[in-house]
Amino acid sequence: MNIYLDNAATTKMSRTAIDAMLPYMDAVYGNPSSLHSAGQTAAEALTRARQQISHCIGASPEEIIFTSGGSEADNQAIISAAQIGRKKGKSHIVSTAFEHHAVLHTLKKMEKEGFEITLLDVHENGVVLPDQVEAAIRDDTCLVTVMYANNEIGTIQPIEEIGRICRARNVLFHTDAVQAAGQLEINVKEQNIDMLSLAAHKFHGPKGIGILYAKKGAALTPLIQGGAQERGRRAGTENIPGIMGMAAALEEACAHMGDNSRRLRVLRDQLIAGLTHIPHSILNGDAEKRLPNNVNFCFEGIEGESLLLLLDDKGICASSGSACTSGSLDPSHVLLAIGRVHDVAHGSLRLTLSAENTEEQITYTIKAVKEAVEYLRSISPVWRDLVSGKRDFIIK
Amino acid sequence: MALYSEKVMDHFRNPRNVGIIEDADGIGEVGNAKCGDIMKIYLKIENDIIVDAKFETFGCASAIASSSMATELIKGKPVSEALALTNQAVVQALDGLPAPKIHCSVLAEEAIKKALQDYCEKNGVEYSHNSYEGQPS
Ligand SMILES: Cc1ncc(COP(=O)(O)O)c(C=O)c1O
Ligand code: FES
Repeated sequence: MNIYLDNAATTKMSRTAIDAMLPYMDAVYGNPSSLHSAGQTAAEALTRARQQISHCIGASPEEIIFTSGGSEADNQAIISAAQIGRKKGKSHIVSTAFEHHAVLHTLKKMEKEGFEITLLDVHENGVVLPDQVEAAIRDDTCLVTVMYANNEIGTIQPIEEIGRICRARNVLFHTDAVQAAGQLEINVKEQNIDMLSLAAHKFHGPKGIGILYAKKGAALTPLIQGGAQERGRRAGTENIPGIMGMAAALEEACAHMGDNSRRLRVLRDQLIAGLTHIPHSILNGDAEKRLPNNVNFCFEGIEGESLLLLLDDKGICASSGSACTSGSLDPSHVLLAIGRVHDVAHGSLRLTLSAENTEEQITYTIKAVKEAVEYLRSISPVWRDLVSGKRDFIIK
Repeated sequence: MALYSEKVMDHFRNPRNVGIIEDADGIGEVGNAKCGDIMKIYLKIENDIIVDAKFETFGCASAIASSSMATELIKGKPVSEALALTNQAVVQALDGLPAPKIHCSVLAEEAIKKALQDYCEKNGVEYSHNSYEGQPS
């Protein structure tokens, strides 16, 4: 069996996305900035893609700028909002403790540049409350940035309400919607979003391409200087194949969102129900306010990397925490943010589904995880101490 | 997975000497506070020779492989040789470990030293890293 359950790390490209890209790696190779017909053919494609994408998220084409992915979009959104704030003498930013590192590390950088950062608590269920945002906003707040859905535990944040509060208080609101795209409705107008980040590779598009939406009037600070592409907001010849693939993937994902999400929720809940039967295990994040494709558990008495490698031997691609943090010894900042202690946070497993997964795969996975957890516990001195009563169980 | 050598994966998948020794002559448990991993080594020692070694490990693949390899390296050896075991020897025997995983082998070295220290204390032998007086009474 070959089962891919790491769709939060990245997804397989859809046939539609690949087909949409091929002509732009072949016959249509002009530079969209060139005035000749080859260039103009590419420029027309670019215009079409921008329209498609803006349509999917309820924005206008000129509010979309193409970036190299989610990280760049997050960086640019925060740096731009800080720049706008600085001009008005505002230097306070509100965010949450469990944002992606693309956001958290950029906030750290802004802190060094004199900004004050408030990171809101996300509670044990992994959801921040609009009231917390309301209470944190001050007269000198220039930006609120809260992710739409968390990349590790999949919890969905009340961004529409947060956006409404920010509007009322005249504060810019950015949301990292990288994990939400293709799974949750996005409408920047209805949801009061001023800036939003997307990455194509999370919705079956190509890697290395994403967008930053910025509402009209929100001046963006270019991170890359050079030519006048993206109306001066991001220099460099556009990644046309990537952009075409992204536009096709987003359109496809949005068209099938309802059906896919319904199906995924059923599989997700089967997986959660099966893993809950493993003693001393706990689901991380709210069971309902979570992405249709996300399952994240902690198992007491074992360590995540070993579990991951045993599952890989059984043909299952999973993750322990996020892909970017593997290689670091520290437990996931997301699990710590929802109050898991170090010992427990180390034994985490994230399984993220796509429409390609089947019920049969879920049944197989539940069995494989059970066996692997039991085995690792059988060789764990911690587990022995827990069972013999020398140590108290943290997960009951 | 190319993260680890074939040797590491072999010792991770089929660890040697897993388990406990009920009447162990020396037991050592160590942990790494940063990564949270914990290793426990049990030794059976007769006439100054390590006749059996077992381990339990809560940790990453490289910690499991390191404890497996370390117990293999000291089994059948005199105490003095076991005391001289270094984490580099474990790393070498495993055909290398990635840089952030070197500390896993250190954990194995420490666990064995601790078990030997326990043995020495229980048997009234003076314990020291570089001078082992051998043959307890
Ligand atoms: C929530 C979130 N934000 C940002 C990113 C970064 O996106 P990218 O890898 O496209 O830069 C990711 C994925 O890695 C993510 O999950
Ligand atoms: S990561 Fe710490 S012992 Fe392996």
